[in-house]
Amino acid sequence: MAVYRRSYASYSGPLTPAWSRCLVLFRYSQRNLFRSKFQTGLFALCFFYPVVCLCAIYLAHNLSFLEVFGGAASRFMVIDSKFFFYFVNVQGVLVFLLTAFTGPGLISPDIANGALPLYFCRPFSRVEYVLGKSSVLAILLSQVTWVPGLVLFAVQAVLAGPAWAWDHLWIAGSLVVSFLLWIVFLSLLAMALSAWVKWRIVAGAILLGVLFFGAGFAQAVNNVMRTQLGDFLNIVYLMATVWTSLFGIEAERAMPVLQAWIAILAYCALCLALLVRKVRAYEVIQ
Amino acid sequence: MAIQHGAADVENEQSPSAAPRTPLVELHGLSVQFGRREILRDLTCSLRGRAIGLLGPNGAGKSTLINTLLGFYAPSRGSAQVFGYDIRRETRQIRSLVGYMPENDAFISQMSAVSFVCMMAELSGLPPSTALERAHEALFYVGLAEARYRKLGTYSLGMKQLAKLAQAIVHGPQLLILDEPTNGLDPLARQRMIRMIREIRDGNELRIVLCSHLLRDVEDTCDEVLILKQGRIAHYSNLEAERRANKRFLELETYGANGDFTEAIERLGCECAVTANHMKMILADGIEVRDIYRLAAEREVRIRRLNFRRDTLEDIFMKAMEN
Repeated sequence: MAVYRRSYASYSGPLTPAWSRCLVLFRYSQRNLFRSKFQTGLFALCFFYPVVCLCAIYLAHNLSFLEVFGGAASRFMVIDSKFFFYFVNVQGVLVFLLTAFTGPGLISPDIANGALPLYFCRPFSRVEYVLGKSSVLAILLSQVTWVPGLVLFAVQAVLAGPAWAWDHLWIAGSLVVSFLLWIVFLSLLAMALSAWVKWRIVAGAILLGVLFFGAGFAQAVNNVMRTQLGDFLNIVYLMATVWTSLFGIEAERAMPVLQAWIAILAYCALCLALLVRKVRAYEVIQ
Repeated sequence: MAIQHGAADVENEQSPSAAPRTPLVELHGLSVQFGRREILRDLTCSLRGRAIGLLGPNGAGKSTLINTLLGFYAPSRGSAQVFGYDIRRETRQIRSLVGYMPENDAFISQMSAVSFVCMMAELSGLPPSTALERAHEALFYVGLAEARYRKLGTYSLGMKQLAKLAQAIVHGPQLLILDEPTNGLDPLARQRMIRMIREIRDGNELRIVLCSHLLRDVEDTCDEVLILKQGRIAHYSNLEAERRANKRFLELETYGANGDFTEAIERLGCECAVTANHMKMILADGIEVRDIYRLAAEREVRIRRLNFRRDTLEDIFMKAMEN
């Protein structure tokens, strides 16, 4: 390495393609992700339930072992859409916790230290910045959601045979769509909060509050105003409405599925607008 | 992997002595408005110098002009080009040619200097291995070699300024934009920063736009100066040309001078004003200082002191502000 050269020299070598530059942010952000032991532990914990599900699928196809526990156990171990729906719910909660600890630290350090002009004075756009930062969450959360979900589906398909796989292919689609919707929503919400709240702990607390207190607030609105409009403030309810419809689970739904979809997409658009408003080199004070 | 070629190929090199011919920045009636406030008003000029100083009192619009050239703010009227690229449509090309050192703190406190500078180089398009090599070189160059593995959050103000300079030059830009580079520096650190800017300028690899409200910084480093006042151009001049022109003004302190000496000087075509033992004159074309010495020797007039009465940048600035 020519560090002995102590004079300025211009650069005329090859350049990387423009599309690959948002991956630079991903690489550098990911290095910091697993510095926290708690975060690493939480990430490892996210694989616990998929392993349990994997064992359950294996056992469901080894009835001789289940017969030891009697007929009730074999009835309980049915691998169907409900099984994958529960998987989505459990992993959904875990990735939410993972996002609450990971997401707030993505953009807030750049804004707190005034680093955004340094990104945007290069051939690197705001869209690429947001894509680069969101890819950190998207790839991290995918590793514990739809990727193991598809692995479980594949294992079940192998053990149950091609006929089952063909008949239940829609479950794989539902898995991917459910998780992608959840990941997109969580990523945008976490990044919007990270952009607007400088302190990552506060941003994490607000993220937890949005989901946990949002449900209580929505219920309060429903009760006080004698309406069901409060449900639009309950993200968990909206997401559950979409997921139950995707997995064909029968549930009492006060809200039409289409409205739930629209509400979630509207929230995503709102987060994106907040993000675009804040992620810029310098704020214009009019 | 598809590769593009470095920006340095685009621009031809200029000789150190001659002012480059390629316009660096061209402004055509450029106006920038924030809400109802007009920050820049109808700026029109063509900047061609090797090192251009942007001067003006606080709030004159210096930083706004820089940020507009970088595409951070959209012009409300008019247009501008940097290296011939339009600031509205070809922002990406402009940014690939520019290194920018902002005025305020700009770093990521949890990153080490070498990681930070390397990441910035990679974002500019350098391959990872080259970026790392150049990050080390840039940090060595600015004098942060020993501290390059320390987190930026632990740096002093002067070190942060140097780290900002390192990230601005790491990718080998053709234009270096420095916004108040000596802000908050102690005199020694300031001298070192100015020396470094001069070295970069004299290396002739890139051109510099230096924005400052400190006249000395600009005078020490720039060959052209654009003075802004309330968002308008108050003065634009080539400091080298001004310095050359100013060499025609002489101040003399003499002993034994009489009317004969003054007349002889005036016969050479020089304008002359005498007060006691002091003379002020403007040398006529073709007349050199040695001619004055010759006349003095012929008339046995002793010249005790001879000064070129030079307009300092401060004089130029004050005149611009008065106008």
